[in-house]
Amino acid sequence: MAVDTRKCVGCSDCVVACQTENSVPIGFCRDWVVEVTDGTYPTLELELRSERCNHCDNSPCVRCCPTGASHYDKGGIVVVTHNKCIGCGACIASCPYDARYAHPDGYVDKCTFCLHRVEKGLLPSCVATCPTKCMYFGDLNDPKSPVSIMLKNRKYKTLIPEAGTKPQLYFLI
Amino acid sequence: MATRRDFIRISALGAGGTAVAWPLVRNFAKELVDPERFIFEGMRRTPTYCEICFWKCAGWVYKNDKGDLWKIIGNDEDLHCNGRFCPRGTGGVGMYNDEDRLKTPLIRTQDRGKQVFREATWDEAFTYIADKLKKISREHGPECTALFTHGSGGKYFSTLLKAFGSPHIAAPSYAQCRGPREVAFQNTFGEGVESPERTDIRDTKCLVLIGSHIGENMHNGQVQEMSVAIDKGAIIITVDPRYSTAASKSKYWLPIKPATDLALLLAWIHVILEEELYDKAYVEKYTMGLDLLQAHVKGMTPEWAYGITTIPPEVIRQMAREMGHASPAVIVHPGRHVTWYGDDTQRLRAVAILNALLGSWGRRGGFFKPETASVPEVPHPAFPTPKRTWRTEFPDLYRLSDSVLANGVCDATIPDPSRGCNFKAWIVNGTNLIETLPNQDNTIKAIEALDLLVVIDTMPMEITGYADVVLPECTYIERYDEIRVSPHRKPQIALRMPALKPKYNTKPAYWMARELAKKMGLEAFFPYEKIEDLLDWQLKQLGTSLEEMQRIGVKTFERTADDLYFAPDEEVEFGTNSGKIELYATAFEQEGFDPLPKYTAHEEPPAGYYRLNYGRAPMHTFSRTSNNPNLTDLMDENSVWVNPKVAQEWGLTNDQYIHLRNQDGKRSEFPIKVRITERIRWDSVYMVHGFGHDQKRLKRCYGKGASDTNLITKVLVDPLMGGTGMRGNFVTFITESEEVKS
Repeated sequence: MAVDTRKCVGCSDCVVACQTENSVPIGFCRDWVVEVTDGTYPTLELELRSERCNHCDNSPCVRCCPTGASHYDKGGIVVVTHNKCIGCGACIASCPYDARYAHPDGYVDKCTFCLHRVEKGLLPSCVATCPTKCMYFGDLNDPKSPVSIMLKNRKYKTLIPEAGTKPQLYFLI
Repeated sequence: MATRRDFIRISALGAGGTAVAWPLVRNFAKELVDPERFIFEGMRRTPTYCEICFWKCAGWVYKNDKGDLWKIIGNDEDLHCNGRFCPRGTGGVGMYNDEDRLKTPLIRTQDRGKQVFREATWDEAFTYIADKLKKISREHGPECTALFTHGSGGKYFSTLLKAFGSPHIAAPSYAQCRGPREVAFQNTFGEGVESPERTDIRDTKCLVLIGSHIGENMHNGQVQEMSVAIDKGAIIITVDPRYSTAASKSKYWLPIKPATDLALLLAWIHVILEEELYDKAYVEKYTMGLDLLQAHVKGMTPEWAYGITTIPPEVIRQMAREMGHASPAVIVHPGRHVTWYGDDTQRLRAVAILNALLGSWGRRGGFFKPETASVPEVPHPAFPTPKRTWRTEFPDLYRLSDSVLANGVCDATIPDPSRGCNFKAWIVNGTNLIETLPNQDNTIKAIEALDLLVVIDTMPMEITGYADVVLPECTYIERYDEIRVSPHRKPQIALRMPALKPKYNTKPAYWMARELAKKMGLEAFFPYEKIEDLLDWQLKQLGTSLEEMQRIGVKTFERTADDLYFAPDEEVEFGTNSGKIELYATAFEQEGFDPLPKYTAHEEPPAGYYRLNYGRAPMHTFSRTSNNPNLTDLMDENSVWVNPKVAQEWGLTNDQYIHLRNQDGKRSEFPIKVRITERIRWDSVYMVHGFGHDQKRLKRCYGKGASDTNLITKVLVDPLMGGTGMRGNFVTFITESEEVKS
């Protein structure tokens, strides 16, 4: 997935859309918005970005999960199997992006890229809802996918690349 | 580990597979870009249009397998939202789920302000209201009753009021919001900007925002089109003392000194005329008053404006050239909430004049010509003719207003021997007047003079605390309402229907208005017992039906008359006195106002005080959403933005709670969190409107943050149309240690 920071207005629609789509309890979220201001008035820059699980290719959360609940699912999406999760929290501690939370029902929960929707040919809920259309989703190995096209044509960054997790969430800058 | 190659294969397979389970799925197209459009998830969705704000996006309400409310998403056919709701619309589920909702009719048992109510039956409540209204009508005339309304149900209460004999239907969206803009544009182009705005942002080459914070105000279609404009490389110029979200998306940000926008606008007009950057053919063909305008702005040079606005002359010139080069695909955006300093109509006139010079009105990338579908009214007896109107009470004031002023009605409610009629009864539908009208003390004084205050709402707001009778409305998710029609690129209608039965003992507006009408002997004005039959009758006149609209939600019609834009050399008759675009407003001149806008200096904050600016957060609508569980989860209080230099001077730290006090000694009722940020000038502070509720029944938001309305005691009234300027208030900080001292 790629998020265009030039278009994101930080409205948090992605957060509510995810909450309702996935019945995430109030008080928790699988995605969130970050605002970063740089500079001194009146020479300023502001970056707004919608963040979530980076679905890393080298995920510390998968490696440290004692039960195999956290695993790579179809297409490399990192998923937690709720009924295998014992809620130990090792994955929460290992994630450099703080992308996971302890669900009140006793398991750890996080973004699934809306796998249940993607399997039906739908976009993840956040992408489908965003009023600014600032998010692009698709297959990175397919040069014609919207996300590949954006990454080919635009400058981008990933978050905390030095952690070596090979994050798969890209920010167009 | 699976590779990403699997990923897309799974998607394709999934789509193929769904064709069995979901017979309505069409062939899944090329890539993962067109989502929900192809899939009707069974018959579990019902159409609606959103009631969280005035944009009224059309969408679908989905229920889960258990039949409970699941989610709300946009309708792809809808021109307001293009299939994508904003956070508030998506969070509309919270309005239904909010456990603090009004649950049953209430009748006051004690003095106003003290919330002592008893639960009542609907019949008791209606009898109480009807008896009081009849008495007021006998003793003072029906004209002494006013309706304040914001939202869909207002239509039916308006019918009731007109049938009763009162013309006093006031919407705070006029004199507290966009009224000055409408008056300015009507008196320049002969037409208003309307809602949704006719701005052709998606095709513009240059968008100029003056204090308009698109992206923080989630006026959905505009936010979406600004995003398109960014993709297309449009130049965005933002004029704002605050580094707004829109400013951060702009090529140019002009950090103007607050309250000086009109000087900048006049200097731009000066440069555009001086450097002949205007659309000469357009101006010659369509406008009048160019000579007078030229003479008027002669001395209003960028150097003159520099001293006022703090924007350097070369920047002013450069921006004017950017606009000139983009002409006519340029929008000097008229904004929406424009009641700032009391000379707002004149400021908006300068905006209108700029657009006229740049030839953007009626042109691609400027302002398009909207068209609206027309829904026929059900035949009913003629409304009685009122014997007097609010104008009788204000004979020489606000001559250019074409709407009833909410603040005017409020003022005319406070007993005054010089007035023939003081308002005796208010019906307040879906607007929290305590937080909507500036100068709360004045509003409360008026309320105390009333014989009857009826409040219709879904939530217990501050205003319900003052009501004699509270009528709990069910949310938009649980009701039918009037058919949505609004001006847009194509005429379009949208249906709202209930997805679920009303929770608690709540009812829709149509039912309430009709039952009240029955009690008052005005049933003939509501010939249909059921709103479904009324809507079906109306929809059939439009060539559709309730049954069809329940399936499709939105119906688009072809334009009847002409193109979105003026054709080359088209002869256009404008609805002004002269039939031309009036650079020189002859109607203003007739009424004794400046026909060309003049800059007047506004009061500046005294030492130690900062101008109070306020605005929106994208996840909230006024004070309406501040208790919504989904939306408070995103933002549950406001903060006061303070420049780091100012914070240092006052010893303020981030997240510290302080009180604010304004120039009149009014102290914020609740403490507010400090946000130290470079995004605000050192001469002003900023806060998001809609917080600081003192209604204890709003359990989630009671006492959270501060109310800007609470601190707006000084109101700068626009003499042309009565708009209430609210940006002339100054605040200082009260920290805990200072409070101890005093």
